[in-house]
Amino acid sequence: MTQDLTLAAIIIGILHSGIRLATPYLYAGIGEMFGQRAGVLNLGVDGIMLMGAFLGFYAVYQTGNVWIGVAAAMAVGIFMGLLMAVVSITFQAEQGISGIGLYMFGLGLSSLLFKTMLGTVEGVQGFSELKFQITQNFSLYDIPLIGPIFFNHSVLTYGAFLLVPLSAFILNKTTWGLKIKAAGQNPEAADSLGVNVTTVRYAAVILGSALAGLAGASLSISLLNIFQENMTNGMGFIAVALVYFGSWRPYGVLAGALLFSTVNALQLWAQVLNLPIPSDVAVMLPYLLTIIALAMPFRRAAQPAALTRPFTRGEN
Amino acid sequence: MAKQRFNRFFYDHLLNFLLPFIAVLVALLVGALILWFQGVDPWEAYKAMFFGAFGSKNGLADTLVKSTPLMLVGLGIAIAFRGGVINIGAEGQLITGALFVTFLGVTFGQKLPGVVGVLLLLAAGALMGGFWGAIPGWLKAQLGVNEILSTIMMNAIAIQIGYYLLRGPMIDPAELAAGTNIPHSARLPKNLDMARFTHVAKALGFTERAKDLGLEGYIAQLYGVLVEPTRLHIGFLFAILMAILVYVFLWRTTIGYKIRAVGLNRHAARYAGINVKRNMVLSMTLSGAFAGLAGAVEILGLHHRMFEPTSVSAGYGFTGIVAALFGGLHPLGIIPSSILFGGLLVGGDKMQRAMQIPQVLITAILGLIVLFVVSTDFFKRKLQTRRVSEEAETFFEKETDETESVEASA
Repeated sequence: MTQDLTLAAIIIGILHSGIRLATPYLYAGIGEMFGQRAGVLNLGVDGIMLMGAFLGFYAVYQTGNVWIGVAAAMAVGIFMGLLMAVVSITFQAEQGISGIGLYMFGLGLSSLLFKTMLGTVEGVQGFSELKFQITQNFSLYDIPLIGPIFFNHSVLTYGAFLLVPLSAFILNKTTWGLKIKAAGQNPEAADSLGVNVTTVRYAAVILGSALAGLAGASLSISLLNIFQENMTNGMGFIAVALVYFGSWRPYGVLAGALLFSTVNALQLWAQVLNLPIPSDVAVMLPYLLTIIALAMPFRRAAQPAALTRPFTRGEN
Repeated sequence: MAKQRFNRFFYDHLLNFLLPFIAVLVALLVGALILWFQGVDPWEAYKAMFFGAFGSKNGLADTLVKSTPLMLVGLGIAIAFRGGVINIGAEGQLITGALFVTFLGVTFGQKLPGVVGVLLLLAAGALMGGFWGAIPGWLKAQLGVNEILSTIMMNAIAIQIGYYLLRGPMIDPAELAAGTNIPHSARLPKNLDMARFTHVAKALGFTERAKDLGLEGYIAQLYGVLVEPTRLHIGFLFAILMAILVYVFLWRTTIGYKIRAVGLNRHAARYAGINVKRNMVLSMTLSGAFAGLAGAVEILGLHHRMFEPTSVSAGYGFTGIVAALFGGLHPLGIIPSSILFGGLLVGGDKMQRAMQIPQVLITAILGLIVLFVVSTDFFKRKLQTRRVSEEAETFFEKETDETESVEASA
């Protein structure tokens, strides 16, 4: 296998899959960032992703329309987000545990639905790669090196990267973003200035969960075009860690997502190229990297001051 | 006064006891809804589940077998919770413990005399699990690393290490020879098997079967669990013993007191001169040690060799969280709670076989139970606040009455 591939092809391959694989991390990570900025730690991302992945897949499997798949995935994300919000905002449950409950619920239910509604692993025609045809015989894809790396992705991948500046804009330039940050930094002060902390937190958690559902769908109807039980394999938890790693900033999350997806791509290519690393050890790398990333000392000051702290009016 | 005393009893004890049951009931109702959507009669399904878990000798034995690791894991999780840290890493700690025990057992097992060998290996499993728990504990204390995330990552790492070892250095030589290469280890020598209930019963002189004694009905099944050959091993009694020890440790020793003090209020504990960081590491280490112990018991009592990591851990790390929460994070509450959830796991398996309902339904129900149990804390707090303020009101009313009457008489 090795001799068939030139070095350039390998580098293109790694960078291309690095960008591709960043898609679910970006949707889930940016979504989680909104929740955490508002003061709610949603650890159920992985479960939401699994539900989004299944329902997105199933919708495409039944209708053949990828956009219905996206809608289904985001709808179930909203539903799961609402559940999380009721439990952790209204009922003020310990967020570290309620998220694990949501994860188990999503893991179990997505597997159950898969087994009863599909039964076997099947494929669908998901989102296709855009080649940016400019004229009849020239597309951006034809540009050497750059083309195959950057101009051979699906709409969902480009959408994920566009989400980064968009979320930075929302967070830093709009009133809504200011309210989110206030709810997570100092809910009492926000409340005294007329911000409805509960509403803002609900909205942020639900928005984040909708994006987590989309992240799951990006796996099942764009990157892989199949659904398998527990296909996220802890990706949702890594996405939560990315928010810490990225210091609760959109571009930080982007940097983290690219780092992780590149490591993932390297690990996949190491297997393709038959490098002398046991695959079991290579698969371990992203998880090890997550722990190292979390231990980085530079990020801690940026943590929203009221993260995981419930808010009750007039109590503090 | 009687009403007040009842109120206090109701809000402080009865409610604490009842709310988790209500949470489970609601989760089962949602599960019934899911079943109904699948076109299955929920009542029949739950009946199959209940009788599968508790209705017969073998079901009951399996329930107790599964409750054993749940109890040990749950104890560890309760220790972590009481110490103010959250341990989601029991899966990984259980796996590393089981791997270490298997390695030692296969390598040195022949030279170890039975009981001493078993005890040594139990200690080794606890040591390894404790080490696996100490890492996230230390990272939390020294570098502020969120322990929930780091323990989840440690789970994934442990699973991969397990696969690597079982496909490579630790693989059963028989598998290599046969060329099937299924990732499991060689069998531990028989002298390291934990005794089964039936062996103990035989040694105590109970040799007759239920049939021979003319026992009938449920009594016969209960007798069968204790005496007739089942998979039930003394690890179950060991787990109960551990629960009592953890109770004594947490509520009757200074170290246990310090751990709980840190968990109740970190700042107050620091002010009182307790080393918060050291106690955080300690509670994570102990928490991991109990999960490692669960791994050791699974190997020595049940599997006798290491299988694929995820089928040995079998989700006990997560189900153990549910058992610990349902047991009120109290060591003695975790005993019945583990049996209940062991039954849920066995029942789910029986339900799958009887009615073709995938067992993963149980995972979904367990998730809902977690969500509902942690939500009930809110009602508990609310109702307790109301109780306190009502009592205060009646107290003040009485006082005003008295002052008024004093003023009137004057």
